[in-house]
Amino acid sequence: MSYKQNAKEFIENYNLGIGDKIKLNKEDISYTGILLDRPEDADDGYLVLKLSSGYNIGVAIENTTAELIEKGEKPKIGFDKTEIPKDDSKQNISIVSTGGTVSSVIDYRTGAVHPAFTASDLVKANPELLDYANYNVKALYNILSENMKPEYWVKAAEEIANDISEGTDGVVIAHGTDTMHYTSAALSFMLKTPVPIIITGAQRSSDRPSSDANINLIDSVIAAKSDIAEVCVCMHGSLNDKFTYLHKGTKVRKMHTSRRDTFRSINAQPIAKIEDKKVNVNPEYNYTKRGENDLELNTAIEEKVGFIKSFPGISEEYVEYHIDKGYKGLVIEGTGLGHVPNNLIDSFKRAQSENIPVIMTSQCLYGRVNMNVYSTGREILDAGVISGLDMTPETTYVKLCWALGQSDDYNKVKEIMHENIAGEFSKKSSIKDFLN
Amino acid sequence: MDYEKLGLKMGLEIHQQLNSEHKLFCPCKTELVDDDFDELVQRKLRPTQSELGEIDRAALQESLRGLNFKYENFEKHTCLVENDDEPPHSLNEEALDICITIACLMNMHIVDEFHTMRKQVIDGSNTGGFQRTGMVATDGYLDTPYGRVIIESLGLEEDAARRVETKDGFTEFRLDRLGIPLAEITTDPSMHHPDQVREVAYMLGQILRSTNVKRGLGTIRQDLNISIAEGARVEIKGVQDLDLMAEIVNREVTRQLELIDIKKQLQERNAEVLEEIHDLDELFVETESKILKSAETIKAVVLKGFDGLIGREVQPGRRFGTEIASYAKKRGVSGIFHSDELPAYGITQEEVDKVSEYLEIGEDDAFIIVAHDEDIAVSALEEVKRRANLGLDGVVEETRKALDDGNTEYMRPLPTANRMYLETDIPLFKITSERVEPIANNLPELPDVKQERIIKQYSLSEDLATQLVKRQTADTFEDILKDVDVDATPVASLLAYDLREIKREGYDTNILTLDHYKGIFTLLADGKIAKDSVRKLTIETIKNPDEDISNIAESNNLTMLSEEDVTKIIADIIANNESMVKERQMGAMGPLMGMSMKQLKGKADGSLVNKIVREEIQKLI
Repeated sequence: MSYKQNAKEFIENYNLGIGDKIKLNKEDISYTGILLDRPEDADDGYLVLKLSSGYNIGVAIENTTAELIEKGEKPKIGFDKTEIPKDDSKQNISIVSTGGTVSSVIDYRTGAVHPAFTASDLVKANPELLDYANYNVKALYNILSENMKPEYWVKAAEEIANDISEGTDGVVIAHGTDTMHYTSAALSFMLKTPVPIIITGAQRSSDRPSSDANINLIDSVIAAKSDIAEVCVCMHGSLNDKFTYLHKGTKVRKMHTSRRDTFRSINAQPIAKIEDKKVNVNPEYNYTKRGENDLELNTAIEEKVGFIKSFPGISEEYVEYHIDKGYKGLVIEGTGLGHVPNNLIDSFKRAQSENIPVIMTSQCLYGRVNMNVYSTGREILDAGVISGLDMTPETTYVKLCWALGQSDDYNKVKEIMHENIAGEFSKKSSIKDFLN
Repeated sequence: MDYEKLGLKMGLEIHQQLNSEHKLFCPCKTELVDDDFDELVQRKLRPTQSELGEIDRAALQESLRGLNFKYENFEKHTCLVENDDEPPHSLNEEALDICITIACLMNMHIVDEFHTMRKQVIDGSNTGGFQRTGMVATDGYLDTPYGRVIIESLGLEEDAARRVETKDGFTEFRLDRLGIPLAEITTDPSMHHPDQVREVAYMLGQILRSTNVKRGLGTIRQDLNISIAEGARVEIKGVQDLDLMAEIVNREVTRQLELIDIKKQLQERNAEVLEEIHDLDELFVETESKILKSAETIKAVVLKGFDGLIGREVQPGRRFGTEIASYAKKRGVSGIFHSDELPAYGITQEEVDKVSEYLEIGEDDAFIIVAHDEDIAVSALEEVKRRANLGLDGVVEETRKALDDGNTEYMRPLPTANRMYLETDIPLFKITSERVEPIANNLPELPDVKQERIIKQYSLSEDLATQLVKRQTADTFEDILKDVDVDATPVASLLAYDLREIKREGYDTNILTLDHYKGIFTLLADGKIAKDSVRKLTIETIKNPDEDISNIAESNNLTMLSEEDVTKIIADIIANNESMVKERQMGAMGPLMGMSMKQLKGKADGSLVNKIVREEIQKLI
């Protein structure tokens, strides 16, 4: 129960419980309904009542008395268990949930929304899944995507590697969208995979009839069955419920706070478009085929990596702070071609002298870092700053975490940063790759 | 009809668009647009799990059929919120305050805290698959000449998107209307006489119109709940014309009585709807009927014991067969053929006999034919069977649509209990006494109170005052008199009667502003125009709204002559009739007055003419 102080006391005084049918009496009006729980962040002066019409109202407890009409049943959460039929002619797909709820159940009596986590929940919510594969569903952890930490990437990578070694034909990961592109980059560096690893989620929660979750999930399963053995993000390709795009896990970024087509390939094109349950691969893409790689897991990472966005008037203290606090590496989101004000340059020199690699990316997001064009850039390069090439700042950050897990040597880290591990950068900038 | 004996019970549900500047949960304007859309977005809706229950792919497929939609987006008039691509913004407090005003006028209790709910609606009219709605107030009442009516609830909710068309498997909606704030008023079902419903609808309309709500076609929608003791509850949507209310009630009662009688006869005959759907293609190979010839397949079902009853009229011009057909039409056929109406539509008696023989139709039996594509024909006949079976139980609980002639037509089954849960994107909203009190202390004047007051305050006739209030011109009337010291009656009669006539003559009276009225009546107050010229001057002002009013009066020869000029003209008339004055003395007053008025009509006030004529005569005698 989320009721606090006064409201909690009131409920206890009258010996009421959530789900009970009660009557609240005021001087000139009384309300009868089911006592519901109150959102945790709401104050303690009100009770929430669900009227018989279905509406919720808040009733102030001041000058109010209560009576119990009928004890309520404990609300039943979730679906009943059902056996999922296994069809040997179909591929086996693992679905790993990390807290992004690809489906949920609404209890209309209380209005509570419960996430669906088990395979049977998922199949009940999306019965058409059975047309495509057999499923092994696992709830790895249940966190909001903004609370994701590098240690969870490791856990996910290990779980996926485990599923792959046990013979799964493809993996779908349900993930919150906020940090999906960090996770997709992390899995790209940590795993060499013989099967597709597809990350998906929803921009509209799965309790709504208009949710994008179902289409994203079905298309992800279709992608997981394909021969694209890469780590990809599969999300809506437009505002229409018509097709999804398969983005390379290291080249993708969330670009809109709320639209369904928020995920975009940056400095790249999507690998494939999935429409009418068919995967249409971009012919220019040379992707890794199913079975081409053997499974390899490398989860060594360094979590103490700083991420600094430059801005007019930024003080060198930002960089000094990270060095003082023992950060092992820094990613800078510079301006334009990869610049910061020149008062930061001495701090970069200090970082290099203390064996802390500093990687320069651009807050333009689109385009390539090039520090040779202006004198400030050349001075930054001379201070030992390493170019992030045409990688997104987020991918650069994840890659530096991983690179520092491989080595703590400045030169070795620089070498890794400029080695194409998972298609995270390209040498050529195409005329096509902007604002799309 | 003896309504009491029949156990007639009625309730009203009224939806009124509010005239707030912005929509309920986004900053878009609350106006409809006729522009071409900028973007068409394609969507599907999916019923949420709890509505589906068991794993049932067939049921899912069925429920997904027809859930494909297109939404017309506008760069200027709509935003991502309507398109379900951005979470709702905070609750529009202006709309809430309008609702609080309405609640106070209906003696309601306002809730302590407003919770926005999501109400599942998957017909596509809401992009999210739910309508956002909340309860503002409960337990009010209105006193009517027929007794007190309880106002159960007042909700504040989003209006739905406008349906444009359905074709190629998609239903297209325009997003301009989606999100306009609506007040939803529900009365209890305690009304027993059609006149009472009409009165309550009228009173509610008057209350709403005293607040800041939208006016005009489509801005208010009235639904009528109706049942009789042996019948069933039926909700009639879209009763536009209050004058039609009584007719709709009578025709619905008639319909229910007829259906009850049909039920009784069906039971006496042991009527039965046979399961089998028969294929009649073979029988119609050589048919001359155009409809049958062009159809892919012709199918039929047998209704044992239904003979003569399908053709039975249940409302003027509508038969039991029409009721059955309206169910079938929902599955995509344009109609059905039933044995009570055949031969017709190019189907011959010979063909009817062949079908009867083939289907082994007995004396009391009937059959219904549908001609269409295989899937649709089967699906339509399933609905025919379902509706025919329901006929064995009498009246069906339904949502029906009001038609212009007072009849009603089946729309869909009555909605089941509302599926609602909290809209978590919008914070709970406390309605404090600090918010309510200033509103409750400054309520707009209700129409009847206003009428009483203006009768007293301006010494108006009751008739004029009634018309002013009814035509919502009382405010204009008072605004004119606030600034212009003029006799109230000509102002009132222009606003109450003349304007309507002027409009009927084809002039756009909406052009007239308060300043126009003030200008016209200032001329009257200053004695520059005659009372009789007000109407003509008003018309001329509509023709030249930008022109100065005194110029309009002058150029149309409506300005009155000065006393001096009037005296001169009258002096001339009298001079020409000197002999008559000499002869008849003051007795010449009448004829001379007549001559003067004839010449001075509209150019001088009658009492002035009278005075001068008298003076001039007296000079001579």
